[in-house]
Amino acid sequence: MNVQTAASPQSGVASRAYLTVNNIEVIYDHVILVLKGVSLEVPEGKIVALLGANGAGKTTTLKAISNLLRAERGDVTKGTIEFAGKRVDRLTPNDLVRMGVCQVMEGRHCFAHLTVEENLLTGAFTHKGTRAEIAEALEKVYHYFPRIKQRRGSQAGYTSGGEQQMTAIGRALMARPTMILLDEPSMGLAPQIVEEIFEIVRDLNTNERVSFLLAEQNTMVALRFANYGYILENGRVVMDGEARDLAANEDVKEFYLGLSTAGRKSFRDVKHYRRRKRWLA
Amino acid sequence: MSFFFEVLIGGLLSGVMYSLVALGFVLIYKASGVFNFAQGSLVFFAALTFVGLREHGFNSALALLATLGVMIVLGLLIERIVLRPLVNQPQITLFMATIGLSFVIEGFAQLLWGANVRGLELGIQDEPIEQITTYTGMNVSKFDLSAAGIAALLVTGLALFFSRTRIGRALRAVADDHQAALAVGIPLQQIWGIVWAVAGFVALVAGLLWGARNGVQFALTFVALKALPVLILGGFESIPGAIVGGLIVGASEKLAEVYLGPYVGGGIEGWFPYVLALVFLLFRPEGLFGEKHIDRV
Repeated sequence: MNVQTAASPQSGVASRAYLTVNNIEVIYDHVILVLKGVSLEVPEGKIVALLGANGAGKTTTLKAISNLLRAERGDVTKGTIEFAGKRVDRLTPNDLVRMGVCQVMEGRHCFAHLTVEENLLTGAFTHKGTRAEIAEALEKVYHYFPRIKQRRGSQAGYTSGGEQQMTAIGRALMARPTMILLDEPSMGLAPQIVEEIFEIVRDLNTNERVSFLLAEQNTMVALRFANYGYILENGRVVMDGEARDLAANEDVKEFYLGLSTAGRKSFRDVKHYRRRKRWLA
Repeated sequence: MSFFFEVLIGGLLSGVMYSLVALGFVLIYKASGVFNFAQGSLVFFAALTFVGLREHGFNSALALLATLGVMIVLGLLIERIVLRPLVNQPQITLFMATIGLSFVIEGFAQLLWGANVRGLELGIQDEPIEQITTYTGMNVSKFDLSAAGIAALLVTGLALFFSRTRIGRALRAVADDHQAALAVGIPLQQIWGIVWAVAGFVALVAGLLWGARNGVQFALTFVALKALPVLILGGFESIPGAIVGGLIVGASEKLAEVYLGPYVGGGIEGWFPYVLALVFLLFRPEGLFGEKHIDRV
């Protein structure tokens, strides 16, 4: 994969699929069908957003790619996942990180009792670089996240939500990934911090050429920073398109952005519109 | 007063022996959040294997190396056969598995080497050091002092390993959050294998010292029970905690026996540490050095 990247540094890279998820089906505990044939593509050097409501299957899709699924008794039963032209759906998370795919999990998951800096250093586990190389990677992370440099010595569990999110992304960067699976980075953060984090994501994308697959409930922000978007509903992709087009789409506006051409709707109407048959009563 | 110090020092030194056993628990608890019930059996197995090998004509150094090898292989096997299939199961399941494991190891050890009590001679005499006796009038056992020295070495080594090395950091990361550790590419299985191997090594050291003191016999598995109050006092996740906890248990039980014993008819030593542990559970459940549970509200 590196050969190809080197051959065409700028031109023509954009449209080639880097990560391809082809019609995957995911079953938890042998019985619970969560993904019913999801396909998507992330072109090299792009930010792709995976949108949808709670329980639509965003996190499961990311975990299927990074293969953290197996640790939760989930399994990809159909379909294939390819990264840089290689099948990756039977590899361990460790192999994937070595190949350059790193997941930042939902809810940050910092190592609470390790300091911020130690958290970052664990990210370098897979690349057995020299001391100088690791120090350099560390400096780079601090360059992008100056905020956590000040907190480097404190236990990660005692830092703020935004700092933890930055630590989690920085930790993934220490593995020198070319593709980051970013799950719900905006969760529980103030809008200002969300903005800050997304801007850093964009910087990483343009300066370090890291591709992103981004699962996000905050559709508005995600579509503003992404190039392309997929909308998941009930374990299926129901719509996809350029981020610009999605943001302009009437249905997306109404269901995910809370906007519509008719101005604000009465809540009663919406409720009526979405009412479903109930099992009880 | 000199008698008080003699009791105190004797207690502290015997406490170090408890610490050695507790250390094995701490290692596994740190890395996998499991209270490893089988640690006592590992201690027994290590001591028995060492003695058994020596009976078969190995010299001490060779037997030590061979036992070390056996303990490491055993640790790796436990990870492979018992723990790997149980990944992501509730902790109580893992705990039950270690109980089962302890029976298997005890049985296997006796099947292999027989069940009779054996002596173990390490070449260190359990007698007072003359210089100290002549200068201060106190009796300090040579054996206890050597054991304390070995424990100190072991602890320093482990503490450095945990805080300074790549693997050590990964171990602590795994202890904090399995999933996140997986996500950053730390191979859980490999880490657990290493932890169990190290715990096997610690069990070997503890087994040799305890075996030399009490004889190598089935009762060795019960020293693990003495490690329990040590862990509660020091905290389950802390290596320094295991040491300090051991010292407190050792010193307090000896002092209580000598100074409180006469009032209640003696025999305090056996249960005093547990009462102390109970008091700790009431007022400081995470122990002296245990990790506080960090919750974000």
